[in-house]
Amino acid sequence: MPHPFVVIFGKAVRYAMRLRGGGSALPGLFVEKIDPDFIKKTLSTLPKGVVVISGTNGKTTTTKMVVALLEAQGLKVFTNRTGSNFTRGVAAALLGDIDIKGHLDADIAVLELDEAHAVKFVQTIPPRYSLILNVMRDQLDRFGEIDSTAKMLTKIAQATTDTVVLNREDRRVANIKELLANQKVDFFGLSDELLATFPSDDDMRGGTVKKTKRPDATVVLTAYNKDQATYSIDGHRVSTSLKLNGIYNVFNSAAAIALTYAILDKDIDASKVLSTMSTVTPAFGRGEQLEVGGQPLELVLVKNPSGFRLGLQSFPPTGYATMIAINDNYADGRDMSWLWDVDFTSLAQQGVSEVSGIRAYDMALRLQYDEVAITHIEPELALALRQFITVNKDTPKRIYCTYTAMLTLRKELSKITDVEVIS
Amino acid sequence: MSKQIVTILQLYPNDMNIYGDHGNLLVLQRRLEWYGYQPKVITYNLGDDLPTDVDIIIGGGGQDSGQEKIHADLLKIGPQLKKWADDDVPMLVVCGLYQLFGKFFKTSDEKTLEGIGILDIETFGTNERLIGNIVTHSEEFGDIIGYENHSGQTYLGKTATPFAKTIKGAGNNSSDGHEGARYRNVFGTYLHGSILPKNPKLADFLIHTAVTKRYGEFSTDLIDDLFVGLARDIAKDRPR
Repeated sequence: MPHPFVVIFGKAVRYAMRLRGGGSALPGLFVEKIDPDFIKKTLSTLPKGVVVISGTNGKTTTTKMVVALLEAQGLKVFTNRTGSNFTRGVAAALLGDIDIKGHLDADIAVLELDEAHAVKFVQTIPPRYSLILNVMRDQLDRFGEIDSTAKMLTKIAQATTDTVVLNREDRRVANIKELLANQKVDFFGLSDELLATFPSDDDMRGGTVKKTKRPDATVVLTAYNKDQATYSIDGHRVSTSLKLNGIYNVFNSAAAIALTYAILDKDIDASKVLSTMSTVTPAFGRGEQLEVGGQPLELVLVKNPSGFRLGLQSFPPTGYATMIAINDNYADGRDMSWLWDVDFTSLAQQGVSEVSGIRAYDMALRLQYDEVAITHIEPELALALRQFITVNKDTPKRIYCTYTAMLTLRKELSKITDVEVIS
Repeated sequence: MSKQIVTILQLYPNDMNIYGDHGNLLVLQRRLEWYGYQPKVITYNLGDDLPTDVDIIIGGGGQDSGQEKIHADLLKIGPQLKKWADDDVPMLVVCGLYQLFGKFFKTSDEKTLEGIGILDIETFGTNERLIGNIVTHSEEFGDIIGYENHSGQTYLGKTATPFAKTIKGAGNNSSDGHEGARYRNVFGTYLHGSILPKNPKLADFLIHTAVTKRYGEFSTDLIDDLFVGLARDIAKDRPR
């Protein structure tokens, strides 16, 4: 149990930070400095242990789904739902949820962790369950190579004490099974027909998707249209409506279901799984819908080529005005190479209304080479947003943005519409 | 009148294309079109037949695993690539293929991958990753702007010429202050970014060389390079 002083001090810092606005990881930093064992001591008391969710794309929304699924089964769940997915974010979230004596009233912790931080985290706190979503070309400037990212994910799986849930359709993730000795392994996957719509990075330029023999999966997504998904769960075909948009979100719903089955095993109430899944909405910025001047405005977070490609595939541009905002701050990734691995030709017919962000001209250059017309370029986000909204007053709008661009745009949007507050 | 065809050979896109290298191909294709030519792209992957006649050759970077995979095949086509290089065919090889266009690449676990020796360079795998925005300068091409991300450090032999001198960032290695290597019209470089979109002078050099070599004269069309000028100005001042 953490020292009460540490808890009170951390809580005070957290309160002060909230008054200032933002800064979800900072109070955690204070606690980490004072009591490095704080997280371990608090989480080790949970009866159903710790669940770690990692991978390149979709951690936040998948974590949100898993939390909803487990809560519907009657579990009290602790999670780092702020999207500040580093160890410090976990400490900060804990501070919000524990009582003054440092007791956490929860049955299980479900944590999304960035690959590099997860490796450190699992050394201290071995998770009982882990879910590895995918390895894509994201943040190579931080982690070096995609193969070394896969190695980090392997370490998370190896530190897991009970069950590891793996993506059958991502070769590097599926191969992790070969390196596991003591864990149970479950897979989630796609039917052969859907596999073609979800190319991995390796398939991206190779053209055809190879159908190789794949292991059996507990949960397979077999069909999907606008707001309906069909899964095969342990061989049974089931369907549900969904509030998730974006095919990557829908695929990750299969991951969330597979993980929930792994955790609850025979105790599961299967009907509640589907009814809950039908109510989950995407995490903030992951296809989130706002309303501005009576027209919908969607924010789509893009941070790597596969995600951007899938975003463009998921949201047809017809009838929408499009804005793209690209920053290159540390959290976005400094390297602009990734824009060249995204195909923007689907935007050619409509054109792009506004291009913004620190690297607006890099984006404009990229669009030039796909012969996509641009109406206006303004690197300053607030000015660009105003222009975009004014010019497209009567049209539904969609903004593709990198992480820090999204934070700024949300702040600007909160001045003119209701934006869910992320504390 | 049908358009004049310019053939681009892209080496190993399946295994060596990790980092926006597609942008280099796209820029060559589009600029050729905008200059009034018809680009024809031939991809060469592991075990394919090598075409007999090409105008421009490009190749990208890969994972260490990708390099090992294509290594034997590259040695097989090495003599033909060398012949083309001696025949002044313009080539651009980035990162992983740059290393293998040299004499050897000794990995950090002491494995030696023999290169095809078009460039007089030697590369040693290290545990230090040279990573970040980079600006170099060459008399012929001016400032060259990109992004480097490599742990192999490359040293130039006596007969090698550096491609450019490093202004910001590391380049070939952490001590020598130069970046890339050049032999005739062959350019080897660590620059991603991708390099050609942000450095149209280099793209146009490859195109101009290829077209005049094949057809004796070059288009008088002009390309609007407004965006690239602005993108370069911003990129130069970004943190490493």
